[in-house]
Amino acid sequence: MIFEAEDISCGYGNQKVLEHISMSVRSGEVFCLLGPNGVGKTTLFRSMMGSLPLMAGSIRIDGEDLSRWSVRRRARTIGYVPQVHTPPFPFTVIDVVTMGRTAYLGHTASPSRRDVEIAEQALEKLGVSYLHDKIYTEISGGERQMVLVARALSQQPQMLVMDEPTANLDFGNQVRVLEQVNSLAEQGMAIVMTTHFPDHAFLCGSRIGLLRRDGFDIGAPNEVVTEETLRRAYGVDVRIVEKVVDDVGKLKSCIPIVRNAADRRTSDRWQ
Amino acid sequence: MDRVASKNMVDDGRKLGMFARLRNCGDFAASATMILLAILIIIMLLSMTMGQYDMGLPEIVGALAHHFFGIEMDGYESVHETVIISVRFPRVVAATVIGMALAAAGASYQGLFRNPMVSPDLLGASSGAAFGAAIALLLGGDQIAVQISAFACGLFAVGLSYWVSNIVSRGQNVILALVLTGMVVSSMFSAFISIIKYVADPDTKLPSITYWLLGGLTSIHNENLPMLIIPIAVGIIPILLFRYRLNVLSFGEEEARALGVNTTLVRGIYILCATLVTSAAVAASGMIGWVGLVIPHLSRFIVGPNYKALMPISVLIGGLFLLVVDSVTRIFFQVEVPLGVLTALIGAPFFLYLLAKGKKSWV
Repeated sequence: MIFEAEDISCGYGNQKVLEHISMSVRSGEVFCLLGPNGVGKTTLFRSMMGSLPLMAGSIRIDGEDLSRWSVRRRARTIGYVPQVHTPPFPFTVIDVVTMGRTAYLGHTASPSRRDVEIAEQALEKLGVSYLHDKIYTEISGGERQMVLVARALSQQPQMLVMDEPTANLDFGNQVRVLEQVNSLAEQGMAIVMTTHFPDHAFLCGSRIGLLRRDGFDIGAPNEVVTEETLRRAYGVDVRIVEKVVDDVGKLKSCIPIVRNAADRRTSDRWQ
Repeated sequence: MDRVASKNMVDDGRKLGMFARLRNCGDFAASATMILLAILIIIMLLSMTMGQYDMGLPEIVGALAHHFFGIEMDGYESVHETVIISVRFPRVVAATVIGMALAAAGASYQGLFRNPMVSPDLLGASSGAAFGAAIALLLGGDQIAVQISAFACGLFAVGLSYWVSNIVSRGQNVILALVLTGMVVSSMFSAFISIIKYVADPDTKLPSITYWLLGGLTSIHNENLPMLIIPIAVGIIPILLFRYRLNVLSFGEEEARALGVNTTLVRGIYILCATLVTSAAVAASGMIGWVGLVIPHLSRFIVGPNYKALMPISVLIGGLFLLVVDSVTRIFFQVEVPLGVLTALIGAPFFLYLLAKGKKSWV
């Protein structure tokens, strides 16, 4: 599968937020979308899913224009993983995950035993079957994120769109979510995700889009995430360090130069 | 035993109440629906046996069988049929159907607006319909005129809320804008009702308008029963058919669409149907509050938030609740107590109790 956005402009009403954006993602690839707050990541995201009409350009999946697809067909192809949230009603986890089957149900139908099985498989795949009967509103943020991924998987999509899947998660859960992202991509899923951490680009991105106020860089992680581009995008000083560790190979990370921290490092008091 | 059960539930990480564990036992919801349906029918029949003129269950069944199917059973007397068919039957049916309508509308609005604290009063449905009915009463319209006028104004109020909220929200925060404009439209129509009361003839029109607004079923007869039942049936059927979609809709517009729900269509169906049944109920019985708020909560307590089970249960408990309340006023009180006053007296403390006891089930 290939998802292509070609020269799209998006925005609300008459207000253009982004112009001339082109990108593509294939099965097995992880496309990481980086960019500072307020630059239009969410807008781009909503346009890519087809929930915000394009102002110009086109989005195609395997050459077919996405805007001509019904919501049902879209939902069977693109699974959406929103940021962790709290719905107003205390659904059980299995109920939430089974809702991923809605696009396959008749208009007046409720999920069948088969749909619940597909949802159970999605939970199992992510290793969170123990959540099955828990109340979604009462589990932890990391667990909820997994449940939302499971719901998207039960849509049996070819592509996953994840909105800051690591936001509000503790360190361990962030790593666990990123591991799942990589493993899903290995199994042939095309993944688009937004993140606030350039490191995630090195950890799981196969292609990176860096959205700046004055442009859009796109390419492999090593080309796009550099000290220079990060400085231009976020306006902060960053060093990229590499280290070869014996049993894991080469590690690469972005370390921001935080001024006060540097002062402290040089001062004896803090040593 | 209750204590043991609740301890287990804490262990399970679930504190929803005594039904929480049963809920996952597969057919619990289906059995609960069947049991409630049976209870409802039994109470309807029992309620018809009671009143100023005492009758037994066989007489009721005999009269109903004769009236509807032309079967003459043993011990059939036409005087029974007269009392039952022209007095008790319409009242019992009306109470049940209105309770069902208000509960279905409340459950629908709660899912639609992702807010367990809303009720049919939202969107201006109730007060719009009440204004329509009041103006028809003022102009001396008959029952049918009252019903039609209530419908028209109820739908107009909702349409107005919907239209204005679309302008105000410009595509963002649709839900909040709708709730706020609904409140504004609602209070506007309440003001119109006050004007009508102010200009109404205090000797003839004012008492009837005031009494009707308080909520009561005394004016329901066999002739106007179809005007109540037909619109409510027309509204409740789609509410029940599409109910699974309400679950998805309660996660918000964006997610529901990403999950494959045509949100504009489903939201439109629910707003239209919920308003239709609310208007029909208000036109027939005035402002009966609390049913639409309390019953969906109580039902969520029993079967959980999944609309697949919640909607039918809400409808049945709504019917049962209003039937019992109305039967009690009819049978035990010498003077007719307005139904709206009683539902508030029962509903408000009960709602507080639910809030205090198990807030986890909806927050």
